[in-house]
Amino acid sequence: MDKILRIDMGAAGGPKMQVESLGEYAGLGGRAMTSSVVAKEVPPFCHPLGGENKLVIAPGLLSGTGAAMSGRLSVGCKSPLTGGIKEANSGGQPAQVLARLGYGAIILEGKPQGDDLYKVIINKDGVKIEADNSLKMMTNYDLVVRMKAEYGDKIACISIGPAGEMKMQSASVACTDPELRPSRHAGRGGVGAVMGAKGVKVIVLDDTGCKARQPKDLQKFREANKKFVEGLSRHPVTGQALPAYGTNVLTNILNEAGAYPTNNFKTGQFAGAGKISGETIAELETKRGAGPTHACHRGCVIRCSGIYNDKDGNFLSKQPEYETVWAHGGHCGIDDPDAIAMLDFLDDTYGLDTIETGVAIGVAMQAGVVKYGDAQAAINLVKEIGKGTPLGRILGSGAAVTGKVFGVEKVPVVKGQAMPAYDPRAVQGIGVTYATSPMGADHTAGYSIATNILKSGGFVDPLKPEGQVALSRNLQVATAAIDSTGMCLFIAFAILDQPDTFQSLLDLLNSFYGLELTADSVTELGKKVLKTERDFNKRAGFTKEDDRLPRFFYTDPVLPHNIKFMVKDEELDSLFDW
Amino acid sequence: MKVTVKLFASLRKDRFAVDDFDYQEGATVGHILASLNISEEEAAIIFINARHGEPDSPLKEGDLLAIFPPVGGG
Repeated sequence: MDKILRIDMGAAGGPKMQVESLGEYAGLGGRAMTSSVVAKEVPPFCHPLGGENKLVIAPGLLSGTGAAMSGRLSVGCKSPLTGGIKEANSGGQPAQVLARLGYGAIILEGKPQGDDLYKVIINKDGVKIEADNSLKMMTNYDLVVRMKAEYGDKIACISIGPAGEMKMQSASVACTDPELRPSRHAGRGGVGAVMGAKGVKVIVLDDTGCKARQPKDLQKFREANKKFVEGLSRHPVTGQALPAYGTNVLTNILNEAGAYPTNNFKTGQFAGAGKISGETIAELETKRGAGPTHACHRGCVIRCSGIYNDKDGNFLSKQPEYETVWAHGGHCGIDDPDAIAMLDFLDDTYGLDTIETGVAIGVAMQAGVVKYGDAQAAINLVKEIGKGTPLGRILGSGAAVTGKVFGVEKVPVVKGQAMPAYDPRAVQGIGVTYATSPMGADHTAGYSIATNILKSGGFVDPLKPEGQVALSRNLQVATAAIDSTGMCLFIAFAILDQPDTFQSLLDLLNSFYGLELTADSVTELGKKVLKTERDFNKRAGFTKEDDRLPRFFYTDPVLPHNIKFMVKDEELDSLFDW
Repeated sequence: MKVTVKLFASLRKDRFAVDDFDYQEGATVGHILASLNISEEEAAIIFINARHGEPDSPLKEGDLLAIFPPVGGG
């Protein structure tokens, strides 16, 4: 991982590639890499779809090593959705494979001169870029079948579907899982539109003949990994609950907490929650011959993913994640798991962020375009997006645009990005993260749910404003650091509660790189990443007024707690004062 | 007094998803956990009428008690 592949898609005579040393980006990985490159090289006022924007794809510091859980990929750019800096994060195989091939980052830059669509093929022998216009408007699932036929089954793919080619603001970048399903996505912020604007359909990676990256101190690294894996197995969340039920175990809990946004954030509890809960879906999956336990990348020991078959036992989609089940489910008043799995599949194959897409449909339901609870209508709307009809293009532009077009007052977005599956009035800490994260409304940026609801890493009462800014600050800092290691964020449940498991993460980094990092240096890394991102946004024109929730969260109380968002503006503005 | 008890995830195994029970006045969450043979460690997250509770939280007529083992996601 000692080089950067830079491809100028706008070079005269066609794409021009260059392999360079890491230079000033040495020692960076994942989100630290993508955000540093974007902050340094992308003019903050550029148009996100223009030649000045860059798409940066980076494995984490520990990706491609033997470390468990190290398969997260960061995709960064100036976001077409928010207008600010973006790091969207994905599981799947590509991070491990790209790291083993030796690349610390791929940077796509420039503006293509024509309208050719390209594929990039990277293996141990080098890089090839070829125009292949037969791939135009191909869905992700069809595309991967085609790549497998052309390049064999040892590949991993990073691709866009029709949504990315149409440069929709909710377009994702898809990553394949170990069985070559394009089911893991860098979903948020329209990163797929930027890849589309660069004219790149797919990056095919093949690490045949490459070895795992070698640690400086192999024995210490192995010991650390063993303890790390033991810690993850010992913790009840990472060792038991996540593999048994997946992320969707949260449906019932957020519903019981009165924090499950229902019918476009109208109320905090959904009568149909039980029908789409993790418990119900895990049972259904097992009954239909698939199941709720699956690793999205090799080396994952938590295995929170799953496979969802239809009633005839045929693959329908991967197990829809909690956020997806909510966005297409409770948010839209839909309680049919088969319909939600179909929506998940359509989003994956068209290359759409499931959160942005589901929230946009819920906003359209609020406007009366279709009725709440009408699953077939929701499926038809996503198909409109895939076809790029005028209505589909509106929805594919995300919740904020959809709200404007249809005259909706209550649109749950921050910095133009749709809120995920937690009402910020009933979980005040996540409201702080939504408001202040440089990413826009993003639950993963500082997952206060862990402490506000799940009692992981202590407890801060979700219904009171006190303590929420400090909680969100600490989580945002820790997350920015974890996102730079290539580690799955779900390790946080174990490292928040078990000091020895946190130490084994430090030991992994230290033995691999020959460093002497402490908890403090990890905190410093997180702060540096956040500061870099905040600074980019400031230069792009963001002010403190952008760090606010939509007005209705301050004026309209939500049931059952009859509560408004109460964290004061001045407190929000103090989050980055450390 | 009547209390509705909801169990989730692994706590449902060999028990139930939702049921109504009659308890003596003054019963706490801890009494109910003991009657259901659920350890306090297993009952990581407790809601009484959608608010977080503890094993020593008192209950009253008509309460809805929801009990979860340690879970996470996101």
